[in-house]
Amino acid sequence: MNAPFFKFGLFGDEVSLIVACAIGIGFGFFLEQAGFGSARKLTDQFYFKDMAVFRVMFTAIVTAMLGLFYLGAVGWVDLSLVYVTPTYLWPQIVGGLLLGVGFIVGGYCPGTSVVAMSTGKVDAVVNIVGIFVGVLVIGEAWPAIEGFANSSALGRLTLPEVFHLPMGLVVFLVVLMAVGGFWGAGVLERRFADRPAKEDQ
Amino acid sequence: MSSDSHSVERSPAPYMNPYLAGIGLGLVLLASFVVMGRGLGASGAFSSVCAVAVDAVAPAHAQGNSFWREYLASGVGHPLKEFLVFEVLGVLVGGFFSGLLAGRVRRTVEKGPRISIRGRFAWAFVGGILMGIGAKLARGCTSGQALSGGAVLSAGGWAFMMMVFAGGYGAAWLMRRQWQ
Repeated sequence: MNAPFFKFGLFGDEVSLIVACAIGIGFGFFLEQAGFGSARKLTDQFYFKDMAVFRVMFTAIVTAMLGLFYLGAVGWVDLSLVYVTPTYLWPQIVGGLLLGVGFIVGGYCPGTSVVAMSTGKVDAVVNIVGIFVGVLVIGEAWPAIEGFANSSALGRLTLPEVFHLPMGLVVFLVVLMAVGGFWGAGVLERRFADRPAKEDQ
Repeated sequence: MSSDSHSVERSPAPYMNPYLAGIGLGLVLLASFVVMGRGLGASGAFSSVCAVAVDAVAPAHAQGNSFWREYLASGVGHPLKEFLVFEVLGVLVGGFFSGLLAGRVRRTVEKGPRISIRGRFAWAFVGGILMGIGAKLARGCTSGQALSGGAVLSAGGWAFMMMVFAGGYGAAWLMRRQWQ
């Protein structure tokens, strides 16, 4: 088996758009099933009421990471052909902070706002309009901030390279961290479950 | 309201177990890596649409800006015939389908009990602007950087993810009246 299939020319550009749509359907389905079409469910994460965002996200990361690691190890997937989002350290630190604040202010992240819109959440439509405005603002401001936006460009950089550790060990540590996090998530939920602003309900 | 069993008024199904949903999501992500050689995304679709809109209004202006130019140059013959644009259209379909199955498709506004609908809309708009700016600065959002970058152990993806949680928790207290 030679994968990634697209990189080995098993199908062309036009077909890749159909594949994109199929992948998106699966993505949207599981996001909605997880409850991520609801801003209250999503934001409960940040009040330790419901850690589903953390659980779903880290389960997905671990699942895909283990799958890729295994398929790479047995030689079915050429991992060097799998796109790794390039690192721009400082822009990503600032961008992540902005997006995190935007998440709790707006109630969604870009992907989940689309899911929420698909199930009729009017606030998600407003949120999406805001995202468009934000993209417009930064696109227009790009020439002015290009220096910062392109700073600390480290290219294709992975955690095993940063810490000089074998990939297998990093994979194992991420799994360990996730399992520890799942346990901690339960502890936090129980601690915060009984002390909400109950009078509001 | 009474609890009679009108199928139209049926109460929504419970959400899927988070670990099960996570495995499903992870398998979709894995399929994307294996079939396409790339992960999932969302904010890129917003950029493509924005770039096309700017190009339609002021073509010379758009071509003079490296940010718009990059999005206008991508895609299969047209900037909107782009992987993420089609993927996000799929997300719309998949989300709707799942919501329909679970009885969760309903025109509503998501908010806590202590804020008006108008107030909620104002925050949704402001939050959207912050997310748009943040996602573009970071070259991706929760889907592209945190989820997909996280799974391929991208250093920037992990840094981004931690900052998203930091930003969310950091501002949560200020936003408590909107949600709790």
